[in-house]
Amino acid sequence: MSNIPTELKYASSHEWIRKEADGSYTVGISDHAQELLGDMVFVELPEVGDTVTAGEDCAVAESVKAASDIYAPISGEVIAVNVALEDSPELVNSDAYGEGWFFRVMPSDESDIDALLDAEGYQAVIDEE
Amino acid sequence: MANKTILFNKHIESNAKMVDFHGWDMPLNYGSQIEEHHAVRQDAGMFDVSHMTVVDVMGNDAGAFLRKLLANDVAKLKVPGKALYAGMLDENAGIIDDLITYYLTDTHYRVVVNSGTREKDLAWIAKQAQGFDVTVTERPELSMIAVQGPNAKAKAAAVFSTEQNAAIEGMKPFFGKQAGSLFIATTGYTGEAGYEIIVPEDEAEALWQALLEQGVKPCGLGARDTLRLEAGMNLYGLDMDETINPLAANMGWTIAWEPIERDFIGRSALEALRAAGTDKLVGLVMEEKGVLRHDMPVFFTDTAGIEHQGVITSGTFSPTLGYSIALARVPNAIGDTAEVEMRKKRVAVKVVAPSFVRNGKPAF
Repeated sequence: MSNIPTELKYASSHEWIRKEADGSYTVGISDHAQELLGDMVFVELPEVGDTVTAGEDCAVAESVKAASDIYAPISGEVIAVNVALEDSPELVNSDAYGEGWFFRVMPSDESDIDALLDAEGYQAVIDEE
Repeated sequence: MANKTILFNKHIESNAKMVDFHGWDMPLNYGSQIEEHHAVRQDAGMFDVSHMTVVDVMGNDAGAFLRKLLANDVAKLKVPGKALYAGMLDENAGIIDDLITYYLTDTHYRVVVNSGTREKDLAWIAKQAQGFDVTVTERPELSMIAVQGPNAKAKAAAVFSTEQNAAIEGMKPFFGKQAGSLFIATTGYTGEAGYEIIVPEDEAEALWQALLEQGVKPCGLGARDTLRLEAGMNLYGLDMDETINPLAANMGWTIAWEPIERDFIGRSALEALRAAGTDKLVGLVMEEKGVLRHDMPVFFTDTAGIEHQGVITSGTFSPTLGYSIALARVPNAIGDTAEVEMRKKRVAVKVVAPSFVRNGKPAF
């Protein structure tokens, strides 16, 4: 049974977002996604200052099993990336919702957030897989 | 319904993630395959390999039959217990399977073959055995546990009886010996020291538990694959199959050409291939980010400026080295470098002999 925190919002492509105090959103991949991928070996992140578009790939999570594109759940500017993943990609496995975060986006269109799933909706997506 | 080994419940107790492997429900990992990999390189890990097939070949013609059946020559085995790695070829020199043969007595050899090829192997062996005074007996009541790593032998010794430890005292690599109810062999698929232990089914759970209590870490198929690939060992079905001859699979060393009068199956086809020249299997190393994977195309330009193409047969991230390694089948003209096409771009790789890690250290 995967862990799906109720305070987060999710994309059906298995990313999560969390609102931060400065109005930005932290993005990562779900516990379910990291479990499917297995041990993470490389993570390719966007650069700070990049503009990302909701639904478009902007990062890569490469595990022992496969390389997977990570899609931006919302549009906006990347204001931070998790440089710790460079040396410790396994943080994605051990703490998918915490230290294993990928990047932080300042949204350009808040309506993107409404289009995302709540925990229950994301659980339904997993159940259908 | 998938087959289950006798150790199925032990895997579940250790929180294994189970997957289907050639019709067997086998552990992929018990949490992290990378941690399992490191346990084998640095300490001791164990694998349930009970899905593999143990076959006893017995009778007055046992040796003569195996000298016909295998491209390597069991006549090299003069000391009881000595083991031999060999390809079993068809008439076209395609590899039906790779296997290990133990010489026990002149009338008793033990052969261990892959699980994925079990049925065709048994059918082929039975067919070829006609006319020889041999009986071929599968031993499904035997389970197998591989204990591997720098501390594997010491930890296993704490589990073996005094008599068993005495029986295997000083046993050299690539030997096997019946010691009480266990057949203990100094073989493996990781490039580390250790044992492969053939154990009667009804004792397997107790042996697994005893090893667990000695701190031997259970390891799944995921770690088994990264370990064997670091060691440069082939996996049947990926690195070779019936369309590939042993010269194109880095198995030239397993072909016993001498004595020339030994007419093993596939010999004449193999001689023609040797004369004509074949592709070869090389190692690839990529130190930048990314992972080389099965089926990715490999390109290189020869000294005449002509571009050639090959293919990755097995690729992975090497947990010991911290970057990606692969086995690739390529035309013979390859030099020290090549390019691999991955995710729509070409990335430079080093070409090395297909052995990456030995005893925990880089080997190239």
